[in-house]
Amino acid sequence: MSFTVYVPRDTSAESVGAGAVARAIAGEAARRRTAVRLVRNGSRGLYWLEPLVEVATPGGRMAYGPVSTQDVASLFEADFLHGGEHPLRLGMTESIPYLKNQERLTFARVGITDPLSLDDYVAHEGFQGLKRALDMTPADVVQAVARSGLRGRGGAAFPAGIKWKTVLDIPADQKYIVCNADEGDSGTFSDRMIMEGDPLVLIEGMVIAAVAVGATQGYIYLRSEYPLAEAVLTEAIAIAYERGYLGADSRGAGRRFDLEVRRGAGAYICGEETSLLESLEGKRGEVRFKPPVPAIAGLFGKPTVVNNVITFASVPIVLARGAEYYSEFGMGRSRGTLPFQLAGNIKHGGLVEKAFGLTLRELLYNYGGGSASGRPIRAVQVGGPLGAYLPESQFDTPLDYEAFINISAMLGHGGVVAFDDTVDMGRMARYAMEFCANESCGKCTPCRIGSVRGVEVIDRMLANRDLKANAELLRELCDTMLNGSLCAMGGMTPYPVLSALNHFPEDFGLEARSAA
Amino acid sequence: MITQNKAMDESKSEVVREAIDAHRDRPGALLPLLHHVQDRLGYVPEEALPDIARALNLSRAEVHGALSFYHHFRRSPPGRHVIRICRAEACQSMGGERLISHARTALGVDFHETTSDGRFTLEPVYCLGNCACSPAVMVDEHVYGRVSAQRFDEIVGSGEPQ
Repeated sequence: MSFTVYVPRDTSAESVGAGAVARAIAGEAARRRTAVRLVRNGSRGLYWLEPLVEVATPGGRMAYGPVSTQDVASLFEADFLHGGEHPLRLGMTESIPYLKNQERLTFARVGITDPLSLDDYVAHEGFQGLKRALDMTPADVVQAVARSGLRGRGGAAFPAGIKWKTVLDIPADQKYIVCNADEGDSGTFSDRMIMEGDPLVLIEGMVIAAVAVGATQGYIYLRSEYPLAEAVLTEAIAIAYERGYLGADSRGAGRRFDLEVRRGAGAYICGEETSLLESLEGKRGEVRFKPPVPAIAGLFGKPTVVNNVITFASVPIVLARGAEYYSEFGMGRSRGTLPFQLAGNIKHGGLVEKAFGLTLRELLYNYGGGSASGRPIRAVQVGGPLGAYLPESQFDTPLDYEAFINISAMLGHGGVVAFDDTVDMGRMARYAMEFCANESCGKCTPCRIGSVRGVEVIDRMLANRDLKANAELLRELCDTMLNGSLCAMGGMTPYPVLSALNHFPEDFGLEARSAA
Repeated sequence: MITQNKAMDESKSEVVREAIDAHRDRPGALLPLLHHVQDRLGYVPEEALPDIARALNLSRAEVHGALSFYHHFRRSPPGRHVIRICRAEACQSMGGERLISHARTALGVDFHETTSDGRFTLEPVYCLGNCACSPAVMVDEHVYGRVSAQRFDEIVGSGEPQ
């Protein structure tokens, strides 16, 4: 009899030794002449338990973790292949509360299937969305995406259906589907997890988009910092070609759709959609003026759908189960689920896909379990390096696009980075300006020069020089950047800076009252 | 002072020719072409720019402009291994700055420098997508998580990293 053992092939799991554990299990099995089928799945997203090893048992999958190579012999001794008792045994994977209490729609298959098995994908509801889409008119597909309430998951939260409709309605000899996989925000890794753990769902989402708007060429613009994602995606695309989901007549769509991965080159700004398009065209990644929007004049001047990985990866389930099914999740105008990423100084870091509406506090404590250091959580940055720092008094804000806008913050791509009480918020504000100075494309002055001046002003404040005058200057500078920048890089760098100044004035040497 | 011969040696120009042939007809060929060259040579030699520009019908200034825009591309050869340490917020929250100080001391170099034995080049990186296992370090193409000073020494200390 053969046993099936799962060891994730995911960057984070690999970063703490999953590859070595997989080799050790294969070696030990061979030594004991036991037939073990090793599946390199995606990560379940319970990163504090990685490397998380699972074994298929008649009652479901049994989890062990975190497993190191030294534990492998004792796992065999404990008969883990039959789910045997062991100090690292965590119980049935599906019953681990962190996982059990989630609402996994976009991540339904991640960690469960073999990412590179198309048959496994199909056996788990894969390509059902595409099948539905091919039975519908393009306008109906676009309408379904619009009715689901799905908004761009890259951060800007623009309704996907409206974008798609714009591209559908414009006659053009060539249209493009571009996936923004330039996941550069600190504290985010959900795109990576999809690309490494369920790449076919991204491909399916892009094929559906192509069918809906009449595009024949797609590109996935992937950051160069993700070599494993590139390897998995490239292999998945080859499999999709082989099985007729890409190429001449993508599964009976009646037209061609080609897809390739294009590697970025370490520029944060290329996550901005127009800069990304410039980069895809082989140029410096400088931001374009808008209008025209990319939906009208995008890649090589042609109508282009540009969406984030998670947006495309959420489309198949919208089509497969219906727009209403998806839109029943969430609150207000934030419909569906968001895969939140718990990161930084947090005890239980990982991926938590939930409907919009739970509070930051629930996420940090019910899932995250508080800080990793055991000290109080003092500040949380939500939405990447351009997102605001929130103090404890704002932890009860519901995770909803509009609720965050109301407190001058943003949900962005759903990254949540926790800091304990050793954090120096003056330094974090300085870092935000420094990052902007490093990564600015240089096209507009408020961003290019403002960020450099911002570092200088904060340096003066941290050296305790003319505190009040410099605080005022910093606010004026932020006002210029916010209102005068061409894109969110310069336009939102003031968010972390001002939130640090407003909520943590003491870290700048200011009294709470005089800072406001 | 003797300056280095501006002409590329045979193996380098062969790589550049191969990259040009592989990519020149693709839309937006410049980035894939530069990646191809750097993947093979470890950097993009200055001497390759005229050939690349000519092949893509671009000016040398355009090629230089793109090459110098992106942090990933290097214009001089790196050490045998490139160590990238994450400077972004999540890693900072877990002591990333201390790790960076340690790495600088341990290797005796600052960012963008190469150790005198030519083994390691140290670079900053802004997020490796490993933010739940901070601090993170990438050595060549392998990412390491939960890197303490001690683990850093183990990674770079004993033999060649994987």
